[in-house]
Amino acid sequence: MPFSEEVRARLDADAARIIGRYPGPRSALLPLLHLVQAEEGYVSADGIAYCAAKLGLTETEVTGVVTFYTMYKRHPVGEYHVGVCTNAVCAVLGGDQILAELRQHLGVAGDEATPDGKVSLEHVECNAACGYAPVVMVNWEFFDNMTPASARKLADDLRAGARAVPTRGPGRLCTWREASRILAGFNDDQATDGPAAGPADLVGLTIAREHGWTAPEPGPAGDQAKEPR
Amino acid sequence: MTDPLTPVLTKHWDQPDIFTLDGYRRAGGWRALPKALAMPRGDVIAVVKDSGLRGRGGAGFPTGVKWSFLPQGDGKPHYLVVNADESEPGACKDVPLMMANPHLLIEGAAIAAYAIGASHAFIYVRGEVLHVVRRLRHAVEEAYAAGYLGRDILGSGFDLDVIVHAGAGAYICGEETALLDSLEGRRGLPRNKPPFPAVAGVYALPTNVNNVESIASVPAIVLNGAGWFAGVGTEKSKGFGIFNLSGHVTTPGTYEAPLGITLRQLLDLAGGIRAGHRLKFWTAGGSSAGILTDEHLDVPLDFESVAAAGSALGTRSIQIFDETTCVVRVVLRWTEFYQHESCGKCTPCREGTFWMVRVLRRLEQGNGTEEDLEKLLDICDNILGRAFCALGDSAVPPVTSGIRYFRDEFLLHQKEGGCPLDPAASTVWSTT
Repeated sequence: MPFSEEVRARLDADAARIIGRYPGPRSALLPLLHLVQAEEGYVSADGIAYCAAKLGLTETEVTGVVTFYTMYKRHPVGEYHVGVCTNAVCAVLGGDQILAELRQHLGVAGDEATPDGKVSLEHVECNAACGYAPVVMVNWEFFDNMTPASARKLADDLRAGARAVPTRGPGRLCTWREASRILAGFNDDQATDGPAAGPADLVGLTIAREHGWTAPEPGPAGDQAKEPR
Repeated sequence: MTDPLTPVLTKHWDQPDIFTLDGYRRAGGWRALPKALAMPRGDVIAVVKDSGLRGRGGAGFPTGVKWSFLPQGDGKPHYLVVNADESEPGACKDVPLMMANPHLLIEGAAIAAYAIGASHAFIYVRGEVLHVVRRLRHAVEEAYAAGYLGRDILGSGFDLDVIVHAGAGAYICGEETALLDSLEGRRGLPRNKPPFPAVAGVYALPTNVNNVESIASVPAIVLNGAGWFAGVGTEKSKGFGIFNLSGHVTTPGTYEAPLGITLRQLLDLAGGIRAGHRLKFWTAGGSSAGILTDEHLDVPLDFESVAAAGSALGTRSIQIFDETTCVVRVVLRWTEFYQHESCGKCTPCREGTFWMVRVLRRLEQGNGTEEDLEKLLDICDNILGRAFCALGDSAVPPVTSGIRYFRDEFLLHQKEGGCPLDPAASTVWSTT
């Protein structure tokens, strides 16, 4: 069903801001798709038609883009979308077991949501958090150093509406739609929440400080080289 | 003699507010941009060239030389694109850097944009790291408010808009021309080269694409001089870089060190392989580099030495696996990744990765034969150098190196009718 007038007016205002950021309008397509995903929870045929009309593209062209990228969902996912990393390091360190146990615990197969619509599950590829393996993402926030037990508890908390706080991230976990809106280009107020870096990001720095190890001080040679020619 | 660890990019990550404008300024930030703006553009490029900085995204192409490929005074708009699509299996440096110190990247981007005459810079960040997207946007807003971005920056007459652009999940978009297509709102398919992005990049205009860590290295080089940077590292692989250790290591995480450090030295710092176990195989530069073994503990981790050892320094993504790990399982998992991420544009990569996965699954399940190994190597021969872009080439080293070092283990699966190893023993919570 096409968007109501009220929804359309809201989307139009956001879309104008997104398109206005780019020197070339078609560059706005990925953020616009995040935007319609924020509206409906997935990219529907209406969402595709909306983006196509905004950018003067055909629906076929937009569909071709949607199907290329794994973050766009063509059917509803859970309010909390759980991704278990099963690339090599996480898999070997226990990600495979976490995914298998979560599937059983939640009774869902790949990419499908629990009947209450709360949680969906998929395996994800390396998410650049390898020092914290095994890693689980929820709505693209980091849950580090997971175990089968902590992953089951996380899933239970998400279904029960209990507070689940990312290891390195905001104080309040966004819903799937809220997260999609941030990806579209509209920050919430949580950018300064959470640590600058997690423990694994600091191991080398800590050792260097203990030993007094530093990069060389810029010396005379450096000064010479840095002078404008 | 340089110290074993040289924190520069990571130096202030333990400052709790380093990701804010005030925190970054307190750490000495935003001092390199005014210095650069007082220099002629060509001199900024020369400093980066003279420093010997080579691309930190994996390819190792000299950054300053890449900048100099953009035409000067052609009257066309130029673009800077920061490749923040870190997705290489095992790579964990750009994402923590942007989470901790986004202003460092933005200051570097402003300097780079000035040097190449760009008035627009895009930071193409993978979408799957929401808090990093927040931090980048917040830092960009702060930088605008402080006059480091926008019109007539610091009274220099230089204008720059920075756009944080979130991707949507596609490893191929780390390939620079696929990234440009994606940035134009298309499927992320690689482009034919030439023309190179320096001539026809985003919107078919001169564009420079650099990795996050390359750009973030620029402020310190501008402040401290080319000689300072070039004095660290090895003769051809100059400077420092972030090494990330993951897997079966006692203290996984980030170690910023001069290029040329060895795995033996890094393992000493990281407390060695996890207790009671020994090193079986590892990657020097992510899965695309293929694997190395304990024969290679003393290979200097610089571009030349790792290449001479038959691998690649890549993104310095060091994944460590101990003797509990099945090499067939890991090679299969990486190959499944390349199959999934192959964009489908060219036949060798699309078909090659598809069939390699099938053959490897058969081998893992114990239904393979010795001929299957030859079949895999034959497929590799038909991918390497024949694929449209580097993704296809990247699918080859895990398979060829796996067979090179662990041929017997592949065959043992057949003999035993399945995997001889227990995956439970490899987990973090294993007690064996």
